[in-house]
Amino acid sequence: MIIKQISIFMENATGRLADVTALLAKAGINLRAISIADTTDFGILRMVADRPDAAVQILKDAGFTARETDVIGVEVPDHPGELARIMALFRDEGIGIEYLYASLEHKADNAVIVIKVDDIAAGMAMLEKHGFATIQSF
Amino acid sequence: MAVWNREVECASVEVRQELQLARLQETLERVYARVPFYREKLDRAGVNPDAVTSLKDIAKLPLTTKDELRQTYPYGLLACDRADLVEIHTSSGTTGTPVVGAYTEADIDMWGEVMARTLTMAGCVRGDTVQNGYGYGLFTGGLGVHYGARRIGANLIPISSGNTRRQLMIMRDFGTTLLTCTPSYSLFLAEAAIEEGIDFRTLPLKAGCFGAEPWSENMRVEIESKLNISAHDIYGLTELIGPGVASECECKNGQHFNEDYFYPEIIDPETGAVLPDGEKGELIITSLKREGTPLLRYRTRDITYLMREPCPCGRTTVRIHRLLGRTDDMMIIRGVNCFPSQIENVLMRIEGTQPHYQIVIDRGASHLDEIEIQVEVEEAVFSDVTRAMEQLRKRIHDELKSELGISAHIKLVEPRSIPRSEGKAKRIIDKRSI
Repeated sequence: MIIKQISIFMENATGRLADVTALLAKAGINLRAISIADTTDFGILRMVADRPDAAVQILKDAGFTARETDVIGVEVPDHPGELARIMALFRDEGIGIEYLYASLEHKADNAVIVIKVDDIAAGMAMLEKHGFATIQSF
Repeated sequence: MAVWNREVECASVEVRQELQLARLQETLERVYARVPFYREKLDRAGVNPDAVTSLKDIAKLPLTTKDELRQTYPYGLLACDRADLVEIHTSSGTTGTPVVGAYTEADIDMWGEVMARTLTMAGCVRGDTVQNGYGYGLFTGGLGVHYGARRIGANLIPISSGNTRRQLMIMRDFGTTLLTCTPSYSLFLAEAAIEEGIDFRTLPLKAGCFGAEPWSENMRVEIESKLNISAHDIYGLTELIGPGVASECECKNGQHFNEDYFYPEIIDPETGAVLPDGEKGELIITSLKREGTPLLRYRTRDITYLMREPCPCGRTTVRIHRLLGRTDDMMIIRGVNCFPSQIENVLMRIEGTQPHYQIVIDRGASHLDEIEIQVEVEEAVFSDVTRAMEQLRKRIHDELKSELGISAHIKLVEPRSIPRSEGKAKRIIDKRSI
């Protein structure tokens, strides 16, 4: 299953993260994963929430440029070498990874990693072929 | 200080006005007979050249705009035989079709005269070494100074613009006494001199003529102290002749207009009504002696006012105050003319919608104009991938550079972060304090 990530454009200015998180807190939205990519002038905040559609609407209403982005949530056994194994599979299949980050989620003994790839269908198929569980929702 | 042409520059008002009227009438006859564009324009306005019997009658003549100059590109305004042309200059054309200045031998001779007056006002005499840091080429700055310095009999170094280390080396080794370049470049030279271990206080440099871009009194103070010279503002337009239209004497209280060749008026830019001396408005100039491309009541878009109080230097010519702004929103960045609409077109092409942007112009540590364009990121161009956003920024930068010839810093900002007043964003923030 494809997971809906929320992506937000943010200026590199003190207090902007506080603004975003306060908005979501007020609406009772629970964050399950969060990551930020920063450059000199701007940053891109990426997160996974329990109600992505509502979260994006709230952010847009508040004037943010925000959109939903398709990502993969994959369960990775929580011991050394597992992430390396998945990365090697992506490499061998020639699927490019744009970025990835860890979530707060745990399924049994598995960690959940959020991955954005250039070809999401190929990425999902490849993971399933090798027996990795992609998660349906957070 | 010396006056180059005392007879003309210090003439009584009556003598000057008589000369101006005679030359205005000659110019009118010339363009009516030789330039269909003007003949039709004058006919439409119902003005026969004979109807101008006093200088006041000039207000009956129709105004000429830059757009009209573009429409008549390249030779549409020529008022002489092609065979009589000896030189052609054009504007850079960055804001559209270039405007053309075409010169006969007599025009070039006049240019040398007005530039000799200009350089003399800055203290230039025979025996001075003039380092001409204006660009040589279609740009009028280089050759304008060149002809003036030759007329005076100064030792001219036609170094042209750029190559800072060589500028400093030549200045030191050849004992330059007078520098001509853009005001921002003079400060750039001052900074570079420190790195090269050159102390301006030990150089014989005494004065500079600076123009081609707007500058302020604060900047004059800075230039005079850092270069240890007297800094003079000069004014001109490619359309009229280039530099040599007006310039500052040692009193630095307005720029003396070379009225015997260029007739200034100030109008209300909205109504076109001629305004009295001392009132701010748009500067209108009529060339009185040009043969190649004469201009009738040309709208410069520059805002200033006329100063007729006597000047202690002894010249009796009217002065214009240092330019106070523009009636359009044209910006001059590093000597290049550009309009916000050009930036808007590029952004629209990339974003596909009406862009929200702001232009911030400043002079940074380098003293050269720096331009930052803040662009609000709309959803249509937003990507969750950093690389895609960096590519967007680079694309805006590159397309603006190819459109304007200026390298701007592009800053992507959040929607609605650019302040709007009455729903419309303030497009330009000019921090150069001009």
